[in-house]
Amino acid sequence: MRRSATPFLLLLLLAALLALPQVLPRFHTYVASIVLLTALLATSLNLAIGYTGLYQFGHAVFYGVGAYGTALVLTRSGMPAPVAFLVGPLAAAALSLVMGVICIRLSKLYFGMLQISLGSLVWAVVYRWYSFTGGDDGIHGIPLPDAIASPKGSYYFTLTVTALCVFAMYRIVRSPFGKVIQGIRDNPVRAAAIGVDVRLHQLASLVIAGFFGGVAGSLFVVVENSVFPDMMFWTFSLEVLIMCLLGGMYTFFGPLVGASVIVLLRVFASVHTQYWSLILGTILTLVIIFLPDGVLGRFVRRSLPKEDRGA
Amino acid sequence: MDFAANLFSTGTLSQILVGLSRTTILFIVSSGMSLILGVLRIPNVAHGSLYMIGAFAAWTVIQFLGGGLFAFLAAMIVAPLIVAAVGFILERGFFSYLYEREHLMLLLLTFSFALILGDLVKIVWGPEYRSVTVPAFFQGSAEIFGLPLPWYNLFLLLVGPCIAVFLWLVINKTKLGKIARAAAVDGEMVGAVGINTGWIFAFTFVLGSFLAGLGGALIAPMVNISLGMDHSLIIETFLIVIIGGLGNMWGALLGSLIFGLTQSLGILVWPQFGIAFPYLAVVAVLVVRPRGLLSSTW
Repeated sequence: MRRSATPFLLLLLLAALLALPQVLPRFHTYVASIVLLTALLATSLNLAIGYTGLYQFGHAVFYGVGAYGTALVLTRSGMPAPVAFLVGPLAAAALSLVMGVICIRLSKLYFGMLQISLGSLVWAVVYRWYSFTGGDDGIHGIPLPDAIASPKGSYYFTLTVTALCVFAMYRIVRSPFGKVIQGIRDNPVRAAAIGVDVRLHQLASLVIAGFFGGVAGSLFVVVENSVFPDMMFWTFSLEVLIMCLLGGMYTFFGPLVGASVIVLLRVFASVHTQYWSLILGTILTLVIIFLPDGVLGRFVRRSLPKEDRGA
Repeated sequence: MDFAANLFSTGTLSQILVGLSRTTILFIVSSGMSLILGVLRIPNVAHGSLYMIGAFAAWTVIQFLGGGLFAFLAAMIVAPLIVAAVGFILERGFFSYLYEREHLMLLLLTFSFALILGDLVKIVWGPEYRSVTVPAFFQGSAEIFGLPLPWYNLFLLLVGPCIAVFLWLVINKTKLGKIARAAAVDGEMVGAVGINTGWIFAFTFVLGSFLAGLGGALIAPMVNISLGMDHSLIIETFLIVIIGGLGNMWGALLGSLIFGLTQSLGILVWPQFGIAFPYLAVVAVLVVRPRGLLSSTW
């Protein structure tokens, strides 16, 4: 009964999001765009961590590489904009494949620690390569096509791409492939025993997650008009992980909720205080202690019949 | 010999010696990380913050005692003790209730402590840079085989092996250390034979925190003590622990040496991206031995 209500609620949400820039002032439209693309980023991470059970601790790197790929093509080559929006995510997916091949043989935490370390290598290279990436200054004033240069234009572009990507990921999770990666998450040994190529599926999931993370990065270029190395720093990777945890890691829409909450809190907290980390750390501590399933996860578990709740 | 003499000119060699002395600090910090990782199975992201607190606390102690050799040596003892106390509070106050949780949750909890401690340092010490001058006793340079090496770096080169021996004694020769090693292999079994594993975990966490604080105190005269010094350190210790094998103390030593050497050589060869060389070493090690160089406890 509940399930039938979900599409209706989603359509309602989409309608509200479409109407948003018509009523909101400019700054809030910008914040809404950031919320959307961060939600996409968190959902893409959840594909690897929540659905495949891979401790991807360096996800912000794909976000950053997607953004830098797009920004560099837009500023440094004469190629048309659509190419730029393909190059970014594809570069992120390629990097995700390389890092995945290096790390995939390692067990859970070991895998995550190596991902976060390799990710910080990418950050260090971007941070120091002044002649190519602009070093710690980043790249500013990126030329955009007129249609998406205005705040409203960029908002609608972000909304469209985010909605399409989230829908695509939803289909992936529901596909046979999605069932297989969830099986691997729950019991890799058993999955291997029934003939599943575990590493191939894990790698594929990492690449897909990296690709959509890269898409979120490309959207960041559209919304922010600039890129800087700190968007791929390891602390941000863990912050995205917090978003997944806060929303609920084993639900599909949890990371969307978590990302919205964190981004909005950050925007409004930064107006009043410089101690954002303190607030975020406190929230995270409380969530871990009292709400380990996340906001949405708890809600979903409540709504399930008792015997399905599990441990 | 001629070839070697040319390749390793005096400048290069003394630079490597200076690099090695920084490596001893990395070893001290990452051996603490490795201990906690081995026994508690937590990659402690807050380890860097503990190191940063060690550096700031050393600065405060030296200011309080008015400088000089005595104040400096006192800071080297008091600052790590302060950090150990912070570790004790974290372990008894939070972690001890949550060991049953997934490792991912524990890792994120350490990250939340890293965030909180980072801002608390900002509140207590402010956002400015702090610096500690090397006491007069350690100023100037020694001559080692005709190479100039600052006394303080020589001091560090001596401290490193002392800490290694001390840790080896604690882990292998004391009852507490033996129980901790047993708990690293099978904590449940250790509990089943009637040992209170909670206090073993606390001991390990406090010892690990002490080592992080000691590393921070020792690095204080060599760098600007600043917010954010925890961020780069944590990745370095991760790499060292990965090279050496998770939870293996000698692995931490070997990993620090490999890390320090590849980094200082790398920066000589290619100043802009020398930082990448330790990563290449890590990838090379993992291709040959996916679980790190020395056997890890898990």
